[in-house]
Amino acid sequence: MITFMNNSDSEEEPCNERTSLMSAESPPVPSYQDGLQASQAGEVQAHRKRRTGSSRSPNNIADGDMSDSGVPVRESALENEEEELTLKYGAKHVIMLFVPVTLCMIVVVATIKSVRFYTEKNGQLIYTPFSEDTPSVGQRLLNSVLNTIIMISVIVVMTVFLVLLYKYRCYKFIHGWLILSSLMLLFLFTYIYLGEVLKTYNVAMDYPTLFLIIWNFGAVGMICIHWKGPLQLQQAYLIMISALMALVFIKYLPEWSAWVILGAISIYDLMAVLCPKGPLRMLVETAQERNEPIFPALIYSSAMMWTVGMAKPDTAAGGPSQQTWDAAEDGRENHRSPSHADSQMLETRSPAPTRPITSFEELEEEERGVKLGLGDFIFYSVLVGKAAATASGDWNTTLACFVAILIGLCLTLLLLAVFKKALPALPISITFGLVFYFSTDNLVRPFMDTLASHQLYI
Amino acid sequence: MGAAVFFGCAGIAFGPALALVLLTVAAEPLRVIVLVAGAFFWLVSLLLASLIWFVSVHLSDREDAKLQYGLLVFGAAVSVLLQEAFRFAYFKLLKKADEGLATISEDGRSPISLRQMAYVSGLSFGIISGVFSVINILADSIGPGIVGIHGDSPYYFITSAFLTMALVLLHTFWGVIFFDACEKRRYWCLGLVVASHLLTSGLVSL
Repeated sequence: MITFMNNSDSEEEPCNERTSLMSAESPPVPSYQDGLQASQAGEVQAHRKRRTGSSRSPNNIADGDMSDSGVPVRESALENEEEELTLKYGAKHVIMLFVPVTLCMIVVVATIKSVRFYTEKNGQLIYTPFSEDTPSVGQRLLNSVLNTIIMISVIVVMTVFLVLLYKYRCYKFIHGWLILSSLMLLFLFTYIYLGEVLKTYNVAMDYPTLFLIIWNFGAVGMICIHWKGPLQLQQAYLIMISALMALVFIKYLPEWSAWVILGAISIYDLMAVLCPKGPLRMLVETAQERNEPIFPALIYSSAMMWTVGMAKPDTAAGGPSQQTWDAAEDGRENHRSPSHADSQMLETRSPAPTRPITSFEELEEEERGVKLGLGDFIFYSVLVGKAAATASGDWNTTLACFVAILIGLCLTLLLLAVFKKALPALPISITFGLVFYFSTDNLVRPFMDTLASHQLYI
Repeated sequence: MGAAVFFGCAGIAFGPALALVLLTVAAEPLRVIVLVAGAFFWLVSLLLASLIWFVSVHLSDREDAKLQYGLLVFGAAVSVLLQEAFRFAYFKLLKKADEGLATISEDGRSPISLRQMAYVSGLSFGIISGVFSVINILADSIGPGIVGIHGDSPYYFITSAFLTMALVLLHTFWGVIFFDACEKRRYWCLGLVVASHLLTSGLVSL
């Protein structure tokens, strides 16, 4: 199953939140792209047929996930194979996304619960000009709705702008934009974050050390994200910048506006990806026509990622796989190792140790992994972070939202396997998350608190 | 109070569950998905039960302590029944998923057996139920304070931790027995599970 990406500049820009919002926008439409999948699935079929059945079965046995006994090399079973393919890698891909989403949420929740800076009200963004400090409920509601309208329109405008840029091939502009965004995110926001964390734990740090740390962190981050780097480091950086972005949102979005914005963004996401004239759908289709990936720098990919200056598949695969080569040599395990590249290598490596080249190619074609836009990470984390920040210190609400989002993600991936086209990842998860947040906060919390005070267990 | 109590109680409450998850569930994606989905089902059942309790509390006299306690026990009983109902619903869903997986897979066998799913679903119910019961207590135990200063038992934390551990394991066993009973259509077994759950809840309330 190949999912796609949506381009999204989830990073900051000199213009501040504006682009980040916008970008945060695009990715939400985590398009699990499938236009490419069909062609790639076709290639895989061809490859599989070329391979002998014997090399396939150990492969499957090594794959602890789905214990198929072997792929019959049947010419006529193309469709079954395709189905089997999507399902065979379905559960694994879900986990490949569960882990980074969970990590991002853990970082955000841990920060919210410990660093008080991110829960203090210190002003609002210019995109949410209406204040919520009004005396009446109606006024507050109205202000939050107005804030949402402004925010969403900013997002729409930026998305359309980006799509136009992409359509008219202004790649340099887009790349420059992305680089500036990630620069700001990696350096400025990290500096602020580090400062607040150090303040919270009352740790003194001198400027030279700080400079060294931030410089190294940022420089390596820029290289990893925009150029080449070890897959796991890239993933780690993407998770970190999503968490930073989410923290900024949690801090600067006023209460009610945040919830209304979350709801509105999922609706927008739904429309932008599924409507024929939706900007994100057009983006995805344009990318498909041109047969190029959309700015991998802004999409989280669970398998080997192609870099922006897309190298040829062999060399790109060569990079990350080299390091996993030895790992494969050392031992074969049926466990899913954290590095998906590892597990993939292990699978294809153990049965065919004498044909590394074939393994490479097979690997690229088979296991591209799943891609999820960074905006999705950001908005999931915003929801869970807001639940952690505002639910009267209650952990149950946070956990309920967390489970709800994971289930939404699971369902979205299931739909992806069924529909095989770009799908928005926000709507289902955010809906479940919102429902669970409000119901847990208002209904379950008093119930559980009362039960706990009487030490009753249900 | 403090880190020692927190880690000790957390270890007591979730040690077995964590070990079980790390050793048996974490390696297999399908089992992890069954785990998370089970937690979701339990949460939905809890939601409905709290809704019922909430409505009943708001419709009743808030001042009457005995009535409130009675309503609480009633709410707990309703919650137990709903949990079992949702366990049954989850069983139905898993059965269907099992058949689906079997048809799609190569050799007609599903990659995960119903027994494994029964175990994982029981574990998931247990973990989420344990977590929801005890996490706020654990969070409070990190902070400063003296337990039982108003005359309550000073062993509140540790008893809660043990009760949670028992609950987690019980849910796991109930899950396995329940699914097996549903498979083999032994309804007395089902009744046994429900009754023992109610009994456990009731015993703790004494």
